[in-house]
Amino acid sequence: MANELLFGLFIFVLAGFLGHYVIEKVPPLLHTPLMAGTNAISGISLVGSLVAAGSGWGWTATLLGFIAVTCATINTVGGFLITDRMLKMFKRRGGKG
Amino acid sequence: MNGHIVSPYLTFAYLIASVCFILALQGLSSPTHARRGNAIGAFGMLVAVVGTLILAGIIDYRWIAAGLIIGSLIGAAMSIWIPMTKMPERIALSHCFGGLAAALVGVVEYHHRGAAIDRFTMGALGLEVFLGFLTFTGSLMAFGKLQGLITGAPVTWKGQNASNITMFCAALVLLVLLVIDPSRSVLFYAMGALGLLVGVLAVLPIGGADMPVVISLLNSYAGLASAATGFALGNNVLIIAGALDGTSGFLLSMKMSKAMNRSFANVLFGAFGQVAPAAEGAGGPAANYNLATVEDAVGVLTASQTVIVVPGYGMAVSQAQHAVRELAQALEANGATVKYAIHPVAGRMPGHMNVLLAEANVPYDQLFDLDDINDEFSRTDVTLVVGANDVVNPAAKNNPGSPIHGMPVFNVEESRAVIVLKRSMNTGFAGIENDLFVQPNTMMVLGDAKKTLREFIAGVKEEAAA
Repeated sequence: MANELLFGLFIFVLAGFLGHYVIEKVPPLLHTPLMAGTNAISGISLVGSLVAAGSGWGWTATLLGFIAVTCATINTVGGFLITDRMLKMFKRRGGKG
Repeated sequence: MNGHIVSPYLTFAYLIASVCFILALQGLSSPTHARRGNAIGAFGMLVAVVGTLILAGIIDYRWIAAGLIIGSLIGAAMSIWIPMTKMPERIALSHCFGGLAAALVGVVEYHHRGAAIDRFTMGALGLEVFLGFLTFTGSLMAFGKLQGLITGAPVTWKGQNASNITMFCAALVLLVLLVIDPSRSVLFYAMGALGLLVGVLAVLPIGGADMPVVISLLNSYAGLASAATGFALGNNVLIIAGALDGTSGFLLSMKMSKAMNRSFANVLFGAFGQVAPAAEGAGGPAANYNLATVEDAVGVLTASQTVIVVPGYGMAVSQAQHAVRELAQALEANGATVKYAIHPVAGRMPGHMNVLLAEANVPYDQLFDLDDINDEFSRTDVTLVVGANDVVNPAAKNNPGSPIHGMPVFNVEESRAVIVLKRSMNTGFAGIENDLFVQPNTMMVLGDAKKTLREFIAGVKEEAAA
């Protein structure tokens, strides 16, 4: 178990560093789409919700899992859609994206 | 994966998803690549979800199907029809859903595994549930404040910081006790309840102008809750996505607090709502401002060759972004160059003004950050301030007694003339006097910004035709 913890921390810390370098390059112009986009991405907790709702762990798990699936789906589907809707609006002079 | 069946194909699907998410964020480094990046991110999500549905040992699809369909419908509706001016509210709601989803997965996992849980998983689950529920209620409060359901003014009470810190410490103690003995379920649910309470009490004291910091911080917490879910489930894609989201929110809140000259510790402990002091010397210089008519302002605007527009939250409230762009076009037709100066904390969330102006078809190469445009004010004929206040207050530079002293602000007062559009001469929630309004070269035009701008447009077109 300690190994699993360390391995997880490894990934967490490296992903955090990577995130730092990638996100530092996002201009203030796109900070709102960044927030909407990371929201969509962190909707990946959907995969945990799917397992909770569909593994036959009893009605409590199924019900809470169902709510979690609904919430996480709102975030993923809604998050990617609204990010795209915002990004579509950003145009250079002359109308080119 | 802690008793779940792990297929190597599923692990591979999660790897693909992780790479796609990183590419999605990388795309955001430029508006030209951003849409493609977003599509790649959505593809990664699809791979992860389909992989989970097929390979994760799921046996009952009925409730999953219901959740996916209902969630997709709500998510699509919230994205397609919501007006851009409501974007801060929209983002607050999505943090709210993200926090709730993570917290509920944590509760299910604890409920399912019961006494068989190991200490490490327990620690992760405890964090997940605490952060998840905190994000849930905290974001609900933020939404309520943005929507005007709860007062946008800071609500403060005696011993507020002490009680908030005590609750954080209590959560930490609960976490330690749970890790020592994971079977004490009362403690687990107490931890969740504490998260709900902390979320409410931590956001309640925060004023509307501090929303950019709060929303960023909640973004970070939602990400950390997802990462904690990943630790509890032994799922790497959750850890990676959560770490990316957590870092992003953290970086944004650092940038926002820097743009308001607040220390990060000040932000973390929720003390920021309290800094706003009561109005001092009410009725002081306010009497000396230079009230101008639309005709005066139009005269100055048409005579100007270089124009900078400084938008603020007032532009969003009045939904004046389209009128701002139309005025800019009329002035450009008149031979002037128009630029927009965007302060990092203008509006209620990071990038708020940029999105509104993009919606109004303002080309993004006309939008400039604080550092890029601040030297240009001294060479500018007229600066048009649309519903911005603190970000153009010279007191931040020259009045050490001012609550916003030290905050980086635009050198608006250096331009030859300044036109300020403002609803009324009230000082607002913060109660801070703005010296800009009483400068001899400042013209105040009071009233609804959109209405005033429409009158400006008509005036400028008339003069051009004459």
